[in-house]
Amino acid sequence: MSNEAVLHTHHDTAHGVHDDHHEHHHHETFISKYVFSMDHKMIAKQFLITGMVWAVLGGLMSVLFRLELGYPESNFPWLNTLLGKWAENGHIKPEAYYALVTTHGTVLVFFVLTAGLSGTFANFLIPLQVGARDMASPFMNMLSYWFFFAASVIMLSSLFVSTGPFSGGWTAYPPLSALAAASPGSGTGMDLWLISMALFVVSSLLGGLNYIATILNMRTKGMSMTRMPLTIWALFFTAVLGVLSFPVLFSGFILLIFDRNFGTSFYLSDIFIAGVGALPNEGGSAILYQHLFWFLGHPEVYIILLPAMGMVSEILAVNSRKPIFGYLAMVGSLFAITVLAFLVWAHHMFVTGLNPFLGSIFVLLTLLIAVPSAIKVFNWLTTLWRGNIRFTPGMLFAIGFVSLFISGGLTGIWLGNSALDIHLHDTYFVIAHFHIVMGVASMFGMFAGIYHWFPKMYGRYLNNTLGYIHFWVTIVGAYLIFWPMHYEGLAGMPRRYYDYGTWESFKQFLELNRFISTVAMIVFATQILFLFNFFYSIFKGRKVTSLNPYGSNTLEWTTPLRPGHGNWPGEIPEVHRWAYDYGKDGKEFIPQTTPVGADESHH
Amino acid sequence: MTMFLTIAVIVLIFVVIFQIAKASEYVSVLKGEEIARKQNNKINAFLMVAFLVLGMIGVWYCNKVLYHKTLLPHGSASVEGERVDSMLWVTLAVTGIVFILTQAVLFWFSYKYQESDKRKVYFFPHNNKLEIIWTVIPAIVLTVLVIIGLRNWFLFTGEPPANSMVVEVTGKQFNWIFRYPGKDGVLGKKYYKNIDDANNNALGQLWDDKLGHDDVVSQGTVYLVKGKPVKLIIGSRDVIHDVGLPHFRMKMDAVPGIPTTLWFTPKYTTKEMKEITGNPNFVYELSCDQMCGNSHYSMRAVIEVVDQEEFDVWMVKQKPQYLVANPDKDPANATPATPADSTKTAAKMAAAETKPVAKL
Repeated sequence: MSNEAVLHTHHDTAHGVHDDHHEHHHHETFISKYVFSMDHKMIAKQFLITGMVWAVLGGLMSVLFRLELGYPESNFPWLNTLLGKWAENGHIKPEAYYALVTTHGTVLVFFVLTAGLSGTFANFLIPLQVGARDMASPFMNMLSYWFFFAASVIMLSSLFVSTGPFSGGWTAYPPLSALAAASPGSGTGMDLWLISMALFVVSSLLGGLNYIATILNMRTKGMSMTRMPLTIWALFFTAVLGVLSFPVLFSGFILLIFDRNFGTSFYLSDIFIAGVGALPNEGGSAILYQHLFWFLGHPEVYIILLPAMGMVSEILAVNSRKPIFGYLAMVGSLFAITVLAFLVWAHHMFVTGLNPFLGSIFVLLTLLIAVPSAIKVFNWLTTLWRGNIRFTPGMLFAIGFVSLFISGGLTGIWLGNSALDIHLHDTYFVIAHFHIVMGVASMFGMFAGIYHWFPKMYGRYLNNTLGYIHFWVTIVGAYLIFWPMHYEGLAGMPRRYYDYGTWESFKQFLELNRFISTVAMIVFATQILFLFNFFYSIFKGRKVTSLNPYGSNTLEWTTPLRPGHGNWPGEIPEVHRWAYDYGKDGKEFIPQTTPVGADESHH
Repeated sequence: MTMFLTIAVIVLIFVVIFQIAKASEYVSVLKGEEIARKQNNKINAFLMVAFLVLGMIGVWYCNKVLYHKTLLPHGSASVEGERVDSMLWVTLAVTGIVFILTQAVLFWFSYKYQESDKRKVYFFPHNNKLEIIWTVIPAIVLTVLVIIGLRNWFLFTGEPPANSMVVEVTGKQFNWIFRYPGKDGVLGKKYYKNIDDANNNALGQLWDDKLGHDDVVSQGTVYLVKGKPVKLIIGSRDVIHDVGLPHFRMKMDAVPGIPTTLWFTPKYTTKEMKEITGNPNFVYELSCDQMCGNSHYSMRAVIEVVDQEEFDVWMVKQKPQYLVANPDKDPANATPATPADSTKTAAKMAAAETKPVAKL
């Protein structure tokens, strides 16, 4: 669909695309503008704010279970007030602890770092940076958000079920997740979890197909694929990953629903539940689910990471006033990561009794993924080299992302090597690894994106001082929380334990756990500060006065201060060059819309 | 009351930080935004290098405080686990060097190339030579790590030595059941529908299978022999569990319906480990490492590693589960007064089986 065609679906066809003031002619009601909006920028904000709500809830859950880990002997009467029967005597019960851990994982991975991150920035940046009026299908885009919203409501409602929300870990391995008799959370809570996740998959697919179609078909004149900013490349590969892997997860869920409700035995075999007796199911494989799950589950971590990588590449280049180093290598490594992401899923399953030969192939492919990752890191470092760095809050978070990506990525080399994974699997080492490399790093990418593009989203700046405080507290806190966890892992301390007090081998970390919990609370409070900054600045922030405040080359800065639906009042600008001509021929920056001069040097 | 005070204090801190932040914005307008921005840039550039230095000191301090709490100082308690440890050290050396170098470069560059009016940015979009270097070098290093890793992997997952003893481990919510094959060295058949906790048949052993009549079953504690390779045959009665053996550096899932195996050679007895660790309460613990329900965290078993002699003495004292579950077949219970013929034969049979054990 062409840009004009998209626009005409919402416009009075009486006035043309070339109308300079067409955004004023919208007859938008509150509902069509803020609720059932088909404007990609508004949908991006909807994703962002819903993601923030979930980030606060998910973060709060982690604070609550960290409280139990850090202070297992203390009573907090207010917990009883907050959680009722789940925290009698001011003590979080094991079932509540596991429910919190599970919901924390699910919402952070899917609702915050998938929907909140790529939902926000794919929606916001793709049309603006490729030069399109809107998404290929604004209607599908709107549906994508509302499916996500429905998924959110159902997930939220599962918290209020009398048997509690699902509590078997975010990976939801059967038979535990299939049998209500094995765990109370696997009853109604799990039904709601599955419905919510199914709606979420629909949301991701609607969004992903739209992103791919927009990037492939709706680039403005002159915007060849190799002239696209790296953000767009990253979002493109993210969408491809999602579209190809989410259906597999969905199929895994369907089989699980059948096992739960219709008496099939896809995942169940030889099971005797205390208090119930022997189940009739025979011949199923519990491991089958893990294959289906991780076929999404591993690409999922790149779905989370790639948008952050793309935005960080862009922000590092803009604020170093220097081209990103090795643009083609960056695209190539994104591509390599995308392909390899589909071929490494079983490294989550080294200790399931996997065929050792198959395991060895997965070791090889897993460690291979370190090569494109290394290329990216070295290219980011070279981008900083001999630049002229401006430390905007966005830039600080981008640098923080690189630091965290290195720290967490390197421990991936430990865990990807099966013989070492046998020892470290399911210990706190894994928690440290994935929280640093995927959780906090992607969160940093998201913050970088929010700080960097906030002026384009709301026409105002975020408060810089609060941004600096936010960054420094968060990066120091993130390392203080997760770095010592490597040592807990090296002591063999298993993850997902409610209490370590009875274990001779693991009880020596009580003091450390208390320290980690305390830092986690401080870091959480700092995020509230950020939220305050965000909402305050939407209304009261310093106003943006120049069209291109960062001196940036990309197309979003050629739009008006507050672009209306359709983004550019006049014609969509034509693109003449790649996005990274910073510091070329003595010029500080040359926007993509500037035609190539006759005397310009080649690179 | 303290609750409200805490909230009040937190809110107050928030307000103060927020007011400072707002004021700084006004100040920057007064000073001229460009000047204020440059000052902030200098501060953040300095913090970058400060973070690097303090961070590296923090890494050192963290290691100093926590290293002795890990399993590394005492080494592996299994022969095979030593390979895990040596692999761990090689991997640590490689990733440690890369970590220090790249973090140092990242934060040093951030500091060194902070904005300055004097600097002219170097337009450096690509350089094939550099990119080939940092594609090839990681690839070579990783190949080495993969080779080391796979050699160990195939050893760990390969066939155990011929002289191995066999122990079956079965997980259930929320404890562990162990079964030894007895004198014949063969585990009897079992079927999950025969599980009957009330009648002492926690594993669903088939009593028709004579091979199982000498199988010894125990819960909570398992005895292994120092220096003797042990092959664990791992299964689960209900959901997925995981046999976690941190001291031996081993781990394997317990999956219902799909038996898995794991083997290793214990190196030190529990007693020796008490001396090595200097902890009189030391025990080898078997932890469940796969989320298995609300009491997952308490799914614990103890491994007693003893020498062969002690093991034999212990084994003699164990009564085969067949006799525990079928007390009427137990010669110890068989009084001469019992008239029925069937019990006589059963007693004979049981006696025939216990005889060789008694010789030990």
